[in-house]
Amino acid sequence: MEDRAGRIAAIIERFQGVEGATLPILHAVQEAFGYVPAESVPVIAAALNRSRAEIHGIVTFYHDFRDKPAGRHLVRVCRAEACKSMGSDQVVQSLEQALGIRLGETSPDGAVTLEPVYCLGLCATAPNAMVDGKPAGRLDGAKVASLVEGFAP
Amino acid sequence: MSARRIFVPGDAGALAVGADDVAAAIARAAAAAGVAVEIVRNGSRGLYWLEPLVEVETPTGRVAFGPVAAEDVPGLIAAGLLEGKGERLFLGPTAEIPFLKAQTRFTFARCGIVDPASLADYRAHGGGVGLMRAAALPPAEIVATVTASGLRGRGGAGFPTGIKWKTVLEAAGARKFIVANADEGDSGTFADRMLMEGDPFAVIEGMAIAGLAVGATRGYLYIRSEYPHAIARMEAAIATARAAGWLGADCAGSGRAFEIELRVGAGAYVCGEETALLESIEGERGEVRAKPPLPAHKGLFGAPTAVNNLVTLASVPFILAEGAEAYAAIGFGRSRGTMPIQLAGNIRHGGLFEAAFGVTLGELVEAIGGGTLTGRPVRAVQVGGPLGAYFPPSLFDTPFDYESFAARDGLIGHGGIVVFDDTVEMAAMARFAMEFCALESCGKCTPCRIGSTRGVELLDAMIAGREVAKNAALLEDLCDIMKFGSLCALGGFTPYPVMSALRHYPADFGLAPAASAEKEIATWA
Ligand SMILES: Cc1cc2nc3c(=O)[nH]c(=O)nc-3n(C[C@H](O)[C@H](O)[C@H](O)COP(=O)(O)O)c2cc1C
Ligand code: SF4
Ligand code: FES
Repeated sequence: MEDRAGRIAAIIERFQGVEGATLPILHAVQEAFGYVPAESVPVIAAALNRSRAEIHGIVTFYHDFRDKPAGRHLVRVCRAEACKSMGSDQVVQSLEQALGIRLGETSPDGAVTLEPVYCLGLCATAPNAMVDGKPAGRLDGAKVASLVEGFAP
Repeated sequence: MSARRIFVPGDAGALAVGADDVAAAIARAAAAAGVAVEIVRNGSRGLYWLEPLVEVETPTGRVAFGPVAAEDVPGLIAAGLLEGKGERLFLGPTAEIPFLKAQTRFTFARCGIVDPASLADYRAHGGGVGLMRAAALPPAEIVATVTASGLRGRGGAGFPTGIKWKTVLEAAGARKFIVANADEGDSGTFADRMLMEGDPFAVIEGMAIAGLAVGATRGYLYIRSEYPHAIARMEAAIATARAAGWLGADCAGSGRAFEIELRVGAGAYVCGEETALLESIEGERGEVRAKPPLPAHKGLFGAPTAVNNLVTLASVPFILAEGAEAYAAIGFGRSRGTMPIQLAGNIRHGGLFEAAFGVTLGELVEAIGGGTLTGRPVRAVQVGGPLGAYFPPSLFDTPFDYESFAARDGLIGHGGIVVFDDTVEMAAMARFAMEFCALESCGKCTPCRIGSTRGVELLDAMIAGREVAKNAALLEDLCDIMKFGSLCALGGFTPYPVMSALRHYPADFGLAPAASAEKEIATWA
């Protein structure tokens, strides 16, 4: 815990002098811990001279920030129109089946989180997903299976 | 003998279909054959159905192969790929591929051609000329040039860029800002991403020219978090540009300071709206601000700010280098110059097509795009992102320009076209539009925040076949309220996809075609 508080303080320190540092700090915190730990909120609030409620409001406004860690692998499947036109609803189903979890859930063993995303800017190779930061396009049943091979139950 | 140059795109769209594996396979096979190659990870040419598109530099120009899979590489190399020869997957000289040849590439002139990691390559391909010219001009003259070009904002609203810049230039302020909007949240769009990944120095050059034009000393580049490759590319390019003196205390020898700071979004569609974007950079919730004051008068941190779409800014180097007339010479009506149109979804030739305004929707979808990828008939086309209207093939004569689309209750937005075949269920698409609005609403106004959830409920009822006519009437009323009672276009334009779907595809909602279509046109004409 000591160590964690120290790391949070070090992150905040890095953004001293940056105007409008809230999002950069929150991104850095999430990168360090995989989520934005509740205990970091009052520390960030104090550093930015804001109330705890304000920082909490900001964290919850943005879809990216998590209040608990994601799975060890992160599958973000696109739900927006261009991917829908190429059957992404089917891709979502295949992913849910292969991983044994529903969209928005993390598997009980913490192996994988399946999340919706609204456009990855890959709309000419739909349907798309991003797996641990790697783009994957033209998905079908076979491609889904090979994508999640390493971490499907 | 010097190494042969092979180009394998590092663009995220190419990576999505296996470009990294192809690059690795080529490196392995070349090493095995004892041939020295230099593999350049260029941007994409924007011909996504041919990605991974591998190019080989030959004495007579670049030739292309595609779409190449890693398994194809040994065979292609055996057939002469490294010498630019082949048969299978061989596309001939890249510049002669019809989809490319038919384009007018001003803004995307270098994308897919240059090595995006190299400022020297950028300069060798004509980059930087506009900035050097701007650095020697008084600000008002830069603004006058952009005004004369007729350039309008490519982020959606189509506002004249020169007029926006003039307002910022003439606004009083101890400091001023440029904001490059690369939030690109619209489904069916990827022009910002392609440019950042394929020609990042054009983005920097455009921002620097804008800074010199309006007297801003700092520019913020706001990129959505869904674009990690663009973020990495731009970070590297900004550092390179700084080291080369394009950024810093003396921007490109102008004697004036300009610095760029990159900011990453956090997954909120509404942060593409310019005032929500400013709130986000300031570190707040991305809530839309009421206007006035305009950002040009009182924007970021209260200072005069020019917020522009990334493509708008990247169009400016050409205008400064080639002159306003060269840009204004082509176009359609009040839409001057070129538009990078993005063909997406269920389309055979998906990709980026930069052309003068005025080409019809039908030409784009059928002739250029080649119809659907599934081979089934086109049923609907959504133009301009999630807030854009659905067009049936009966409206394919609509010319691609701001006014023509507005006249048909649509918008061109950021230039995205998403094609659907005849298996699409339009009531489900209308429902999705409402659902997306509910999900992304910033919460400031009731018609958007509550109305969108009501809209989902009404559409659920209609899809289930409950009191269809009555619910259709309620949906229309609701759309009217959202259209006229919302502060920004998220709540205000969500009615476009919903009402266009209802108008053109009444049967999908369980409505009798004629009556509902007539009634609908009466209220929405
Ligand atoms: C909900 C919403 C989302 C928007 N998203 C974007 C976006 O992702 N990128 C963009 O450039 N403009 C977006 N806009 C338009 C901006 O508010 C603004 O008009 C634009 O950035 C101005 O730049 P331009 O004049 O160069 O087009 C959005 C508007 C709304 C209402
Ligand atoms: S219309 Fe929606 S997104 Fe726009 S300001 Fe109102 S609540 Fe916010
Ligand atoms: S809509 Fe799925 S990547 Fe754009």
